[in-house]
Amino acid sequence: MTALRDITLLVNGQEYAVRVEPRKTLADTIREDCRLTGTHLGCEHGVCGACTILVDGSPVRSCLLFAVQCEGVEIETVEGLASDGVLHPLQEAFWEHHGLQCGFCTPGFLMLAKGALEEDPGLTGESLKEVLSSNLCRCTGYQNILAAVEAAAVRMRR
Amino acid sequence: MRFVGEGIRRREDPALITGRSRFIADLSHECDAVAFVRSPVAAGHIRGVEAPDDARVFTAAHLGDMGSVVPMLHRPDYVPVAQPLLATDQVKYVGEPVAMVVADSRHSAEDLAEQVFLDIEPVDEVSSASAALVDGAPRVHHGTDSNVVVSGNIDTGDVDRAFRSAAQVIGIEVTSGRQSAMPLEARGAVAIKDAASERITLYASTQMPHVLRTIVADLLRIPESDLHVIAPSVGGAFGQKMALPTEYALVVWLARRLGQSVCWIEDRRENFTSSFHARDHQYRLEAAFDGEARLIAVDADLVANVGAYSCYPVTWGVEPLMAAAELPGPYDFQSYRVRARGVTTNTCPMSPYRGVSRPVLTLAMERLMDTAAERFGIDPIEIRRRNLITSFPYRSATGVVYDEGSYIQSLERAAEVIDMEAFRRTQEEARKQGRYPGVGFSVFSERTGYGTPTFAQRSMEVTPGYETVDMIMDPSGNVEVRIGASPHGQGLVTSLSQLVADELGVHPETVQVVHGDTDRTPYGWGTFASRSMVISGGASHLAAGKLRDSIVEIAGDILEAAPVDIVLTDGKAVVRGTDKGVSIPEVARVAHHQSHRLKPGRDPGLRAVATYDPAGTFSNACHVAVVEVDIETGGVRLERFVVVEDAGLLINPVIVDGQIAGGVAQGIANALFEEIIYDESGNILTTSLLDYLPPTMSEIPRIEIHHLETITDASITGAKGLGEGGAIGAPAAVINAVSDALRPLGVGITEIPATPSRVRDWIRIALEGAA
Ligand code: FES
Ligand code: FES
Repeated sequence: MTALRDITLLVNGQEYAVRVEPRKTLADTIREDCRLTGTHLGCEHGVCGACTILVDGSPVRSCLLFAVQCEGVEIETVEGLASDGVLHPLQEAFWEHHGLQCGFCTPGFLMLAKGALEEDPGLTGESLKEVLSSNLCRCTGYQNILAAVEAAAVRMRR
Repeated sequence: MRFVGEGIRRREDPALITGRSRFIADLSHECDAVAFVRSPVAAGHIRGVEAPDDARVFTAAHLGDMGSVVPMLHRPDYVPVAQPLLATDQVKYVGEPVAMVVADSRHSAEDLAEQVFLDIEPVDEVSSASAALVDGAPRVHHGTDSNVVVSGNIDTGDVDRAFRSAAQVIGIEVTSGRQSAMPLEARGAVAIKDAASERITLYASTQMPHVLRTIVADLLRIPESDLHVIAPSVGGAFGQKMALPTEYALVVWLARRLGQSVCWIEDRRENFTSSFHARDHQYRLEAAFDGEARLIAVDADLVANVGAYSCYPVTWGVEPLMAAAELPGPYDFQSYRVRARGVTTNTCPMSPYRGVSRPVLTLAMERLMDTAAERFGIDPIEIRRRNLITSFPYRSATGVVYDEGSYIQSLERAAEVIDMEAFRRTQEEARKQGRYPGVGFSVFSERTGYGTPTFAQRSMEVTPGYETVDMIMDPSGNVEVRIGASPHGQGLVTSLSQLVADELGVHPETVQVVHGDTDRTPYGWGTFASRSMVISGGASHLAAGKLRDSIVEIAGDILEAAPVDIVLTDGKAVVRGTDKGVSIPEVARVAHHQSHRLKPGRDPGLRAVATYDPAGTFSNACHVAVVEVDIETGGVRLERFVVVEDAGLLINPVIVDGQIAGGVAQGIANALFEEIIYDESGNILTTSLLDYLPPTMSEIPRIEIHHLETITDASITGAKGLGEGGAIGAPAAVINAVSDALRPLGVGITEIPATPSRVRDWIRIALEGAA
C-alpha cells in the first residue's frame, strides 16, 4: 500500500473531499468514497461499459481511470441525470421503451448516450449504433435500448 | 379498465434508471472483504498453504465439522460426490477455492491473497468429456468406476425394427461449446451480523433466496430461522445464480466466526473461472425416415461435460437427463432409443443456463430436419409440416405430455413473414454475384411452469415446484403480494400487479409485490425455468380470488347487500345495477378497524394465502434467421430474425417481447460467438471479456416478433411462460441459415459457436475435399 492522497472530486456539481490510494480507480472512489453506487462495475477491465460516466462531458470508463487523475474535472454520474425529481429525456425513454431488464447496464448506457448525443445531437442510424456498441447488455438484446436512445435524441434536439 | 394485456411501463424501472437501486456490491460498505485463493492447476494434491503470519487466512482445516455439499438424485445411475466448501486435500479444477483471506477492503484482501502460496502437486487431469471417456482416463473422483457420473437410458424397444424398415437413415452430429451465462453483474454476498439477536442477514445475488437459506443453514448446522436471506437487485442471472456458490456459505461462516460483517464481491475473472458454466454437449443422432419423409425413429447418444462437481440443488443430472427426455421436441415419432451420459472432468462445475439442454437438442433436431429435407428434395417447411405434432394432448415417445400448442401454425406464419419464394430468388441472384445469403428455420417446444408433479419424476432430493402467495390488503386498501419467486429483471412485479389489479378491481399502483426476502415471503423456489408467471402468477390469481371474496363479503355487510350482487371495479365495491357502492379502501378500513360491524363469524382483516403447483405447460415458437456469410472472413451477418411465439395469454406484451429479444440475443451468441475454452491441461483460456465475446448492439438485428395465443387449461391464468424460448430456438435457426448459405460449397456444420475462424476452416476443408 502506498501513501494516501487527499483529493477533491467534483461529481454532479458537488465537491467531495476524499482520501485515496493513488491506485484506486475513479469507479471505486465514486462508489465507495462518494457513496454514489449508481455507477456499476461489470468487468473492471474496460470492456463492458457498465462503469461509463462523463468526464468534462465525454463518456469514459471509470474503471480505467485513477481518482487522483481526476481532480479539477467535472464528473457526471447517473445520480446527476434527473434534476429536481424530473427525469432526463433519456431516463424517460428507457422507461417508456423497456430499455432495461435487470438494469445493471443501464447507468452506463444512459451516460454513454448522454455524452454522445450532447457531442453530436444529430447522431442516428449506424453511427449511433456504433457508439452504443461500446457497452454490453446481457438482458435486452439491445433493440429497445436503441429505440430508447433514438426517441430521447428527438426530444433532446427540441 | 383491464390491465392484463396492456404493455404498461415497468414499476421496477424508476429506481434502476436513477441509480437508486441497490445491487449486492452497493451493500458492501462497512464490511470486511474476503478474497479467495484459487487453484492454479486442474488437478492436484494440496501439500500445504503458506500465508503471511498476521493475515486472517482460512483453509478447509479451519472449517471443522462444517459439512460439504452433496447434491442428490435418487437414481441408481447417479454418482453423488461431496464438494468441500474449500478444497481439502485435492483440487479438481482451475479456480477451485482453496483458502480465503479477510481484510478491511477488497483491495487489501486481494493484496494478501497474492501472498498466499499454495503448494500443490499436480496430478493427471481430464479437461474434456472425450478425454474423460477414454479407457484408463484419470478419474476425477476417487472410488468411482468411471468418469460417467449420471446416465439416462430410454428405449421404446422397437427402434431396430424401425431402422430396418426405413427409406432413409440420416446421421447428425452436433457439438455445443461451453458457455457462461455471464450475467453482467457477477456474484456476490454480504453477511451482516446483528449484534443483538446474533442473527445473520445474508444479502446475496441469487435467484433462489429460500433454497439458499436452507442449504446454508444445513451446512452451518443452524436453524433456518437464524438466517435471513435477502436478494437485493440482481444484475442478471440466467441460471448461474440458482446453484449454490460455496463462497456464499463461507461468507456466512466467516461472519459468525469473526463476529462481524463480511462481504465477497466476485470479479469478472472469477466469474469466468469459478462460477458455473453451461452447455458443452456432444450429440450423435441416427434417424430413420419412411418414404414420405416422415421421421419414424431416433437413436441418440448424448454426452454432457458436467464439470468437477454436482451443483446444488438441481445436480449434474439436469443437462443429460433433460436432453434425453426432451430430445424429441415438437416432432412426432414413437420409436426412440437414447443413451445420455453426464461426464465429470477437471473443469468448472456446471449449472443450468437459460434453456438448459434444449438449445442443443433443438439444434440437433433442426439440423436433422434440414438435412432430411435436402435428402428428400423437399423444402425445409414441407419436411417440418410432415413431422410436427398436430393433435393434443400429445404423448411423446418418452411419455412427456404436450398440451395444446400451435407448432404448424407458427411455422406457416413465419414462412409467410419471410416470403420464402422471394427469398430464394434473391438468394439465387446473390449467389451469382458470389455472395452467400441463407435462411434457417427452427421450430421448438419450451416446457414451462412445471411444478412438483414434473420435478418429482426427476427423483431430486430437493424437489422444487410449488409457489405460495400470501396476499394482504392493509387498512389503507393497498395490496401486498408476497411471493416465493425471486425476479431479477423479468418485470414480474409489474406483470403480477396487473394480474392482481384485474382480479380485485383496483389499479396496479395500489398493488405492491414483495419478493426476495425470506423474512417477508412464503417459502418458495425462486425464479428459474420459465416458471414465475405461470406458477407465482397462478398462485396470485388464486389468492386474489379468495381476497376478492372476502372484500365482497365485507362490502356486502357494509352495503347491506348480498355478496353475489357486488362487483369490484375501479377501486370500488358496487351493488350491481345501482349507484350504491363503497370504496375498497373504506372496506379495508372497516375490515381492520371496525370489525365489530362485520357479520358475526367473519374474520377481521383481509388476507388470503394460496398455493399453485401445476404439472406444466408448453410454449412453442418458430424462429427464422436470415444471414449472409462472408466467405473471405468467415463472418456471419444477421440480416433478419423473425420469431412467431405462442406463450398463451400475454399479461404484459412489452415485457414478453423483451424476454424474447433478450433470449434470442443469447441464442445468437451461443451460435456464433461465445465459448469458454480450456487447453489440454485444463487451464481456462477465456478469463476476460477480451477472450469471451458476448455480442454488442452491432451483432444483434432487430427481432421481429409475432404472437399466437393458444389458451391452455394447463395454466390457470392462460399464460404459458417464456423466459427461455428465445435462447432455445435461436442457435438452430442461425446455424440452419449458415448451412443454407454455404450449401453451394458443400459445408456441413457440426459445431457451435460458428466463429469466423471455424467457418473459414469448414469452407477450406470443403473446398479441398471438392478439389
Ligand atoms: S466495469 Fe468498466 S468497462 Fe466494465
Ligand atoms: S438490462 Fe441487464 S444487463 Fe442490460
